[in-house]
Amino acid sequence: MQGRKIFRGKVTGEALVTGDDISFYGGCDPETGEIVEKNHHLEGKSVSGKILVFPSGKGSTVGSYVLYALKKANKAPLAIVNKTMDPVVAVGCIISEIPAVDQIEIDKIKTGQKIEVDADNGVITIIED
Amino acid sequence: MVLELTPEEREMLDGKHGKATRKAMEIITALGEIYGAKRLIPVSSVQIAGVSYDNLGEAGLEYLSEMAEDGQTMVLTTLNPAGMDMLEWKKHGISPDFAEMQQRVVDAFEKMGVVTTCTCTPYLIGNLPHYGEHIAWAESSAVCFANSVVGAFTNREGGPSALAAALTGRTAEYGLHLEENRMAQVKYEVRADLKDTDDFGLIGQVIGNRTGKLIPYIIGISKASTEELKSFSASVATYGGVAIFHMEGITPNRTTVPEKTEIITKSDLDAARAQLDDEGAEIDFISVGCPHASIKEIAQVAEMLDGKSVTEGKTVWITTAKPTKDLAIKMGYYDKIEKAGAFLVADACCAVAPLKGRFKGLMTDSAKACFYARGKNKFKTEIRTIEECIKEAVR
Repeated sequence: MQGRKIFRGKVTGEALVTGDDISFYGGCDPETGEIVEKNHHLEGKSVSGKILVFPSGKGSTVGSYVLYALKKANKAPLAIVNKTMDPVVAVGCIISEIPAVDQIEIDKIKTGQKIEVDADNGVITIIED
Repeated sequence: MVLELTPEEREMLDGKHGKATRKAMEIITALGEIYGAKRLIPVSSVQIAGVSYDNLGEAGLEYLSEMAEDGQTMVLTTLNPAGMDMLEWKKHGISPDFAEMQQRVVDAFEKMGVVTTCTCTPYLIGNLPHYGEHIAWAESSAVCFANSVVGAFTNREGGPSALAAALTGRTAEYGLHLEENRMAQVKYEVRADLKDTDDFGLIGQVIGNRTGKLIPYIIGISKASTEELKSFSASVATYGGVAIFHMEGITPNRTTVPEKTEIITKSDLDAARAQLDDEGAEIDFISVGCPHASIKEIAQVAEMLDGKSVTEGKTVWITTAKPTKDLAIKMGYYDKIEKAGAFLVADACCAVAPLKGRFKGLMTDSAKACFYARGKNKFKTEIRTIEECIKEAVR
């Protein structure tokens, strides 16, 4: 799948997919990477070490710093794949150096699949189911 | 890539101007690409948010320290409120641990050349752009004031993107930097008598809630003071998603006038007030100065507190910018306020100070302060005029 590079890097890992937007500030624990927003599709799950696939970001601009905190705590997602990148998440990925790609048809990716994110070229490849 | 960079901008992106500048340029170009900007433009003034250690935390401080290793501002850059009065924090009940971390945040900004004003009203103390000037400001209330009341051009920046603009002297040309995106989209006719800053806050709340992201054109308000426009700007940006408004006969921007009109009456205002007045709020905290109080407001408060004393069990914060506090000291206002047992707090405010759990109920003239008091600090709230707030304090 061809998308758009937001921040550079190339990684392979397990996808964690949701159809809900994510607010990192208030919605994700900056120390553990757990999604804590009430009634969120991923509530209780950790984004740590996963290729996190979601439609878009929402909420306060302080969210950028939450991604940075996750990175410093070694709890950040391996990469971020979005349908539409929101500026809070974009800035978060840049300051934390998390590979990020958007303009991807995210409903073609399933949780648990092994995928490769080649952010330099904006390409997502499903390696195995 | 649609976004075209000048040779100098490309050098910044390639790291020839240092690490911090490179990171800053990465942020600016990424935002430019996301929003389809064709080029970057110079900015002449920056206001940075994300200063209180209560919001930033350790990771935020770490990021700022990293940027401060080789980052230097290229244009006039001022700072949002911190979590405490940088000098008199101790008597306001701030812990030494918090104070140490907060000082490190401000030091990191200062190292980068930021003028560490620590105020949400930079336009009152020396960072005042002019009509048509392109700037990059964070702090939603100041953004709204600059765009609407002054007629400067800025998007609503976040903390890191505002810092990025400061370190490169540039921003991407999209959104409210383009005249065509600043046109009014809905007309609101106000059919109510607005008397004080709290009324302007409430009308901002009503319009903010209704308008969402649509730019309002407001008629029916015949006059408004700077303080009232400051209150309105804060409120409309807190309760809605807009960063600009037009007020007929008061704001200077050119705009087309939308056909569709919505009416706002006294009963809408009353409903908004009822929403911010919690039942059974036990008021033990009174705060005036969100956004930061002007010297005129401080003079008014000092006059009312002169010779009175604050009721036991109540804490009163009048929050303002440090230069305004210095002026208040010179004028004797500070003495009148502090002798009554209230505090004139510089650099901080009731929304960003670490106050969670310290109070039960806040009375304020600010609709914005109510929003943060309830959400972040779990206080109950009541919104009143400044005069009523001070009466409550010495009752």
